Amino acid sequence: MAETITLDVTRYSPEHDHKPVLQLFEVPLRPEWVILDALNYIKDKVDGSLTFRWSCRMGVCGSCGMMVNGEPKLTCATFLHKYEGRAVRVEPLRYFPVVRDLVTEISDFMRKLKRAKPWLIRRTEKPLAEGEYLQTPEQLDTYKQFSMCINCTLCYAACPVYGLDSEFIGPAALALAQRYNLDSRDQGAEERMLTLAHPDGVWGCTFVGECTSVCPKHVDPAGAIQQYKLKAAMHWVKSLLKPGG
Amino acid sequence: MDTHPTNPLPHYTEYHPRWYRQRVSTYWWLGSWPYVRFILRELSSLAVAFFVALTLAQIYALGQGAQVYAELQEWLRQPVVLALNVVVLLFAVFHTLTWFAAAPKAMAVRMRGKRVPEWAVAAPHYAAWMAASAFVTWFLLRG
Repeated sequence: MAETITLDVTRYSPEHDHKPVLQLFEVPLRPEWVILDALNYIKDKVDGSLTFRWSCRMGVCGSCGMMVNGEPKLTCATFLHKYEGRAVRVEPLRYFPVVRDLVTEISDFMRKLKRAKPWLIRRTEKPLAEGEYLQTPEQLDTYKQFSMCINCTLCYAACPVYGLDSEFIGPAALALAQRYNLDSRDQGAEERMLTLAHPDGVWGCTFVGECTSVCPKHVDPAGAIQQYKLKAAMHWVKSLLKPGG
Repeated sequence: MDTHPTNPLPHYTEYHPRWYRQRVSTYWWLGSWPYVRFILRELSSLAVAFFVALTLAQIYALGQGAQVYAELQEWLRQPVVLALNVVVLLFAVFHTLTWFAAAPKAMAVRMRGKRVPEWAVAAPHYAAWMAASAFVTWFLLRG
């Protein structure tokens, strides 16, 4: 194994730069290191001004998503030795505005996530005395996959529809809406339909499918969206057949 | 914190950094096979449209009489048109395969509390395709 590896890292200072530039760093290539370790090495030993987000270092918090050689990756879960023999280009997540270096601005995603109402909606709450809302393992299984989302936004960086149409709600928010729609305790599917069955909702998706390929938690947002398209289409057909609309 | 002499509230300018926004290139799909494959898949619907138009043209020519139909057949026998048909057929097959690959993702069929595996949802599609193709082949070659 080579002793060092070159990292080509995006630098952008809003005070000084008109556009981002790449800066080369030579870092030790250690078998146990992930890309995030290399970035922390640069920050600790080479250039303390390098700015990036990270927190848990174990693929749970979803903070350290970046483009690694053009692919959206969690840098805490991407080993450095995988890129041995070539330079590693580390850039901020695509399609989001860049605040500084590798830090992106994700307020747009947060607003869209809220519009999808990713929480349990009940028309009526049963009295506390009646106990909790029970759920069978089968009922849990219908939505569990979609509940694994960590809001890392890698799927947004993989989605050209989001890049080309900023109104598109996007994969993670739609998958999370579907996660609650499929929950046996939820009664908010009708409420979410206004946002989901909309040209900016599921109908904006052209099923590129890369959101599912890059998801580090195997959530399958593309599947969630296509399943919802089928449901929305059936709902529309039923509304035509039902007397009174 | 500094306050304005006549205004008791702190006086400062909210810092708002200049974000960098990159314009998405028209050629965003080049350089990555999954995106190229997606564009090819979308383009393949033109192949399906071509076969639909061709079939309609054949039916129309049939209605116009034997001579018109024979002229169309003659035109279809040209090497350039045959080559075009081969390319269109390849795209139509690609379209079909991608469509069948997408179907199990959109149809989350559940039986006895468990999701039916993707291959089991895709298999009937392929079976129907093979049956339809076998019928057409038999119909054309029955002599």
